[in-house]
Amino acid sequence: MATTKTDEDVDFKGENDEGKHPEGNLLNFEPEVPVESMLVPTDNFDSFEQEAPPDPSNLKVDSNLAECQNNDNNTVDDDKLDPDTSGASRSISELSLASEESTDHHGEEEVTNNEEWRSQEKHVFILSSAGKPIYSRHGSEDKLVTLFGVMQALVSFIGDDGDVIRSIHTQGTLFVFLIKGPIMLACVCKTRESVAQITVQLNYVYSQIVSVLTLQQLTRIYEQRRNYDLRRLLAGAERLIDHMLIALETQPALLLGAVQCLPLVPTTRDAITNIIVSSCNKIKNLVFAILVGGNQLVTLIRMKKFFLHPADLHLILNLVNSSESFKAAESWTPICLPKFDPKGFLHAHVSYLAEDCEACLLLLTVDADLFFPLSEAKQKIVEKLRRASLLQSINSALAHPGTPVSQLGVPEARHFLYKCKATAQFWGPVPAPPYQTAEGAKRLLDQYRILHHRLHAPMQPLKLLYLQDHAETMLGWVTTGFELYVAFEPLVTKTNAINAVNKILRWIKKDENGLFITNAPTF
Amino acid sequence: MRTIEGKIVVLGSQGVGKTSMVVRYIGKMFSHHISPTIGASFFTCKINIDETRVKLQVWDTAGQERFRSMAPMYYRNANAALLVFDITQYHTFTAIKNWVKELQRNVEEPMVLALVGNKTDLVNQRKVLREEAHQYAVSIGGTYFETSALQDEGIEEVFLNSAIGMIKLSEDSQCTSLRVYDSSDTSSPTAILQPPPPLTSAVQLDKGPTQGEQERVLACC
Ligand SMILES: Nc1nc2c(ncn2[C@@H]2O[C@H](COP(=O)(O)OP(=O)(O)OP(=O)(O)O)[C@@H](O)[C@H]2O)c(=O)[nH]1
Ligand SMILES: [Mg+2]
Repeated sequence: MATTKTDEDVDFKGENDEGKHPEGNLLNFEPEVPVESMLVPTDNFDSFEQEAPPDPSNLKVDSNLAECQNNDNNTVDDDKLDPDTSGASRSISELSLASEESTDHHGEEEVTNNEEWRSQEKHVFILSSAGKPIYSRHGSEDKLVTLFGVMQALVSFIGDDGDVIRSIHTQGTLFVFLIKGPIMLACVCKTRESVAQITVQLNYVYSQIVSVLTLQQLTRIYEQRRNYDLRRLLAGAERLIDHMLIALETQPALLLGAVQCLPLVPTTRDAITNIIVSSCNKIKNLVFAILVGGNQLVTLIRMKKFFLHPADLHLILNLVNSSESFKAAESWTPICLPKFDPKGFLHAHVSYLAEDCEACLLLLTVDADLFFPLSEAKQKIVEKLRRASLLQSINSALAHPGTPVSQLGVPEARHFLYKCKATAQFWGPVPAPPYQTAEGAKRLLDQYRILHHRLHAPMQPLKLLYLQDHAETMLGWVTTGFELYVAFEPLVTKTNAINAVNKILRWIKKDENGLFITNAPTF
Repeated sequence: MRTIEGKIVVLGSQGVGKTSMVVRYIGKMFSHHISPTIGASFFTCKINIDETRVKLQVWDTAGQERFRSMAPMYYRNANAALLVFDITQYHTFTAIKNWVKELQRNVEEPMVLALVGNKTDLVNQRKVLREEAHQYAVSIGGTYFETSALQDEGIEEVFLNSAIGMIKLSEDSQCTSLRVYDSSDTSSPTAILQPPPPLTSAVQLDKGPTQGEQERVLACC
């Protein structure tokens, strides 16, 4: 049973009855809007669905990468932008010296008739526009040649008339397609997600591929050989895609297009930031310094003029979370951040702060020769953090189990997510019963997805939604400054729900500076 | 004490055991849970050989194909290369030949080349004959070693050989990328306090198959 209470807006907004409202002017709850945010503010489904969004920051210059280099009056060195021309130039035909393995047609039925395979809730397939298998979430893509052939035929049949296939709806199953230049992605799911939501997810997967190859390389490969077997170049990157899909299924961050910050006392965070800035400020061409821990952002410092898009930050978090090898030694690796510049690689110095501190520092630059200066800077940073006992502060924040909703004194609310739109950050309490189990957490996230979809429905977006279900009552509220999603007891009354929302907002407001990064430090 | 600083790059296909070798040598351990290298990992170590201290900057590169085009960044100015393959996978040996061609094309300064056949503990699955690998190593002016990172066989010899090779390079005026200095002018005080690592003596130990090559190297310096 769902009711859309547009008339309730008044109570929530408090615009029309300022003063009369028992809680006073609710507009005070709007988050502090920083002059500038380190992350690009996101609205949901922003630009994700369009090909090559006309991002204003991209219009000024051709390439962000080139501009960072110009920043210090360096001449743009094309070599640095294009990995393939740096030193040994290798053509694609050389890359594919190994003859392409003949694919195994036997056993396809074995896979597709397999009960376990068939009962998977969500399949994701990636194939080239020539129909070559690239990736399958479940089951080996080798074994699915016929299936990939069917998908390719379907897409090209509809494409013949100049149309683009987006989705197929059958009873209980949804098929969503995303065509991105030379590759296509398809999702077959029995979840209750919407086409728009699945499309966002496929876009994340696509951006993961661009992140390891660059758009330039991807395009050129298929220009040179339409039949190229991309699995050769993606070998080892499947785990990044797997990991990304798991994150999409289990974490609200990607749904919200926002990141969670490691809660820290503001002065502590500032001290950490200042140490990083002072240790790096002589280094030219350093674009971003990012400190992450436990899948949360500790701090982010950027070159003036440049911003990090949360989608790019998610790619960075995904890389860190799925690469154990960073723990063993300092690494120096190329990474493409598609929202920053899909055309080329940035170089990342990646290292954990110390054996006794599991926070990972990433220093991103456009300059391939910067490893040693960055390595030195990292050492300085760690020494200074240690001397100021800040490693300890980070450790205790990382060890903190998180705040349960019970500590907020809002007994009606079981869980909530609060997203600050201007800073693209969100916060939520640790899941408590009934959501502490994997099953419970999944149901909660499903509920948030439904709310999220309804609030952001492309045709008819809503400001407020109140959904009463047998398991819980869900409330979603979108204002100019924030988005709030709350799960209540199923039998909560509307008045109690409103009071609870007010309490939550007051609590967030009080702790805003510790829960969110509200400044936007630069080098 | 004379100190030489050189760069050594570890190349080879995905999964042949490059990181396992480096971690075995530097960390003195083997882990079954080493995960694939991303980009390249950087390590340093020091070896004392007679009156010379060799500081090695080790670049352990990722074997995944997608990092292939980044390789020049890692092998540029290298003084030695460890070309690692897996003796149970013939194609990893074939891949070395492309690496060698690429190095010959792109690195101008002389380089110490060590061809390393790893995973000798899996000798019953051997696909690359020792003789073939040995001949290939000779043909490129390198030395062939066989190792097992798992059982700690032959690893020290590989690094020692590269260090000794670098000392020889440093005596060659052609080589400009090696940093050579007398520790009396630039040394840090800690360098003096460190006990001399017993690495030279390790050569005397009989480490089986690679000993032939080992002795030859020592004999010529
Ligand atoms: N049996 C055996 N296994 C080994 C040996 N050395 C490494 N391995 C195993 O081979 C696998 C790959 O080892 P890594 O050291 O990660 O290989 P790598 O060459 O660094 O791989 P990339 O970083 O992906 O290029 C791991 O499972 C190791 O445990 C060895 O000497 N014997
Ligand atoms: Mg490795």
